[in-house]
Amino acid sequence: MPLFFRTIFKTRGEAIAFGSFLVLLLVILPLALPIFRLNLVGKYLSFGFVAIGLVLLWGRCGVLSLGQGVFFGLGGYCMAMFLKLEASDPVTTAIQTTPGIPDFMDWNQITRLPAMWEPFHSLPFTIFAVCVLPALVAFIIGWALFRRKVGGVYFAIITQSIALIFSLGIDGNQGLTGGRNGITDLRTLLGWDIRTENAQMILYLLCVVLLFIVAIGAKYIINTRLGRVLVAIRDREDRVRFSGYDVAMIRAFIFAFAAMLSGIGGALFVLQVGFMSPSIVGIVPSIEMVIFAAVGGRLSVLGAILGCLVVNFGKTTFSEAYPDLWLYLMGGTFIAVVMFFPNGLAGLLEKIPTSKEGFGRLFSRFQKSSTTPPAPTSTPLRDEH
Amino acid sequence: MSISPTAENVLEVEDLGVSFDGFKAVDGFNFYLAKNHVHVIIGPNGAGKTTVLDLICGKTAATSGSIRFKGKEMRGQREYRIVRAGIGRKFQNPSIYENLTVFENLEISHASGRGVIGCLMFRRTAAIKKQCDDVAEKIGLLDKLDTEAGILSHGQKQWLEIGMLLMQDPEVIMLDEPVAGMSVRERTETALLIRAISKDRSVIVIEHDMEFVREIADRVTVMHLGKILAEGSMETVSQDPKVIEVYIGH
Repeated sequence: MPLFFRTIFKTRGEAIAFGSFLVLLLVILPLALPIFRLNLVGKYLSFGFVAIGLVLLWGRCGVLSLGQGVFFGLGGYCMAMFLKLEASDPVTTAIQTTPGIPDFMDWNQITRLPAMWEPFHSLPFTIFAVCVLPALVAFIIGWALFRRKVGGVYFAIITQSIALIFSLGIDGNQGLTGGRNGITDLRTLLGWDIRTENAQMILYLLCVVLLFIVAIGAKYIINTRLGRVLVAIRDREDRVRFSGYDVAMIRAFIFAFAAMLSGIGGALFVLQVGFMSPSIVGIVPSIEMVIFAAVGGRLSVLGAILGCLVVNFGKTTFSEAYPDLWLYLMGGTFIAVVMFFPNGLAGLLEKIPTSKEGFGRLFSRFQKSSTTPPAPTSTPLRDEH
Repeated sequence: MSISPTAENVLEVEDLGVSFDGFKAVDGFNFYLAKNHVHVIIGPNGAGKTTVLDLICGKTAATSGSIRFKGKEMRGQREYRIVRAGIGRKFQNPSIYENLTVFENLEISHASGRGVIGCLMFRRTAAIKKQCDDVAEKIGLLDKLDTEAGILSHGQKQWLEIGMLLMQDPEVIMLDEPVAGMSVRERTETALLIRAISKDRSVIVIEHDMEFVREIADRVTVMHLGKILAEGSMETVSQDPKVIEVYIGH
């Protein structure tokens, strides 16, 4: 056990930061916030799963995916399908032409539950699908692209197109997916009403606990040989390849792993928010997810979670006051972070304690980074976990 | 002119060719690498020397010919399989992980646990530590194990990359201009290093420096415009009128 602990936390400071963040989310916020606000935090944290995946995929391995919303959506839709089937029992839907099928299907003149929906009567299958389906889709896409050495900007553009295709596909198949409205009016999980305050509290706590399990898993990966190889691939792809590593397989694996995390996040999003729609899986949300990771710090697992909270909190407060300006502000934040703070908030926080010297380095970073490309290039391997 | 295939050859390259949009960068290339030999490929710029290495290690796909390593066809295999079979390659510019220490650079090159699961399960055992120490001693970096590789001198970086190859324990090592940019003293040490590592493995070296070639080569192949111009010992080759004409005479 001590060895496992040391594999995850390289320094005492890291362990303390991790522990205090956990206490904040698990104890302080639930006591301090009204349930409505806490539910919002839970929603933000469900994006934390995506952001942690991006830390591994983008920050560590140098692969920028602009299509993580697809996997978030796959996980979310799986969960939503299960909940929708439970909400569409024949008694509740007695007024429909065909009772017992989801309401939107009835509106679309569908009279039988499509075969694709059948397995989602089962919760174990749904949980299995939430984890495995996104990973499988990502692995196939990743393997096909990485084997052909597609990377960098091309990979980003292709994943972005996939996000577009995915959201359009959902949009266009209203009878099967609920179309643009999405899958709404979700009520119970195995008879347990998920809309009550009590349930929202429990789901929030579940979300935090799962998020920290995932965070520990991600830190474990970062501190094993796989983590070092990921960074080596980012910085010297050819050397890694000619040291006998199957670079395509390692990339496809980490892409699939990040997709699995996104899927889990999507499922928790649906449980806490109570609906799923294509507006959460398309291009804009996929880019937002990258921004969460960038602002928080693409090298840091905790930073990624922090980024989700900060950006989403900003989005909620700012977009209430100036809805039109929000997108510009967020775009501007992204550019500023990439240009001036490539390691995001986590990078900044680590520099502050070293006072004078820290500010000096910060300042020199300002001058140097005007030429920093958006992709991570020469970030140190062994700091900031 | 070329020596014929024998059982003692580790690597047999026959009729190897590649063309880029009709331009034949390497054409009808025959090459037999004997066990524990240092075989140097020389030739003017653009002769196709580096391309030959790219073809052997799978970085570039050959359009014709065969590459047999210990009797097994390597052409068309993916790069990591060729490496795992036992062919290591050093790049022209030192290609190391600058943010890792010398020790970590060597460790990451260790041949165990190179799959995804293997990477997750990898543990720094005493045996691996010892191998890193041994290799570091060979390449003269034993006192630099904890130094970040980025601050090594150019020559030391070149040696480190050779050390990283040694960690894989390959039977064939390919070095692309290993002494480019080195001081005279560093060159001498590199020559000794190459002689030492060729005691139990074969080495292919691409080099320009004639003095250096004379010091290390068991056999020399001269390339010109993608083809073999001459092959033999350094003495034979350097007296070949064709070679003098295109290369040494310049």
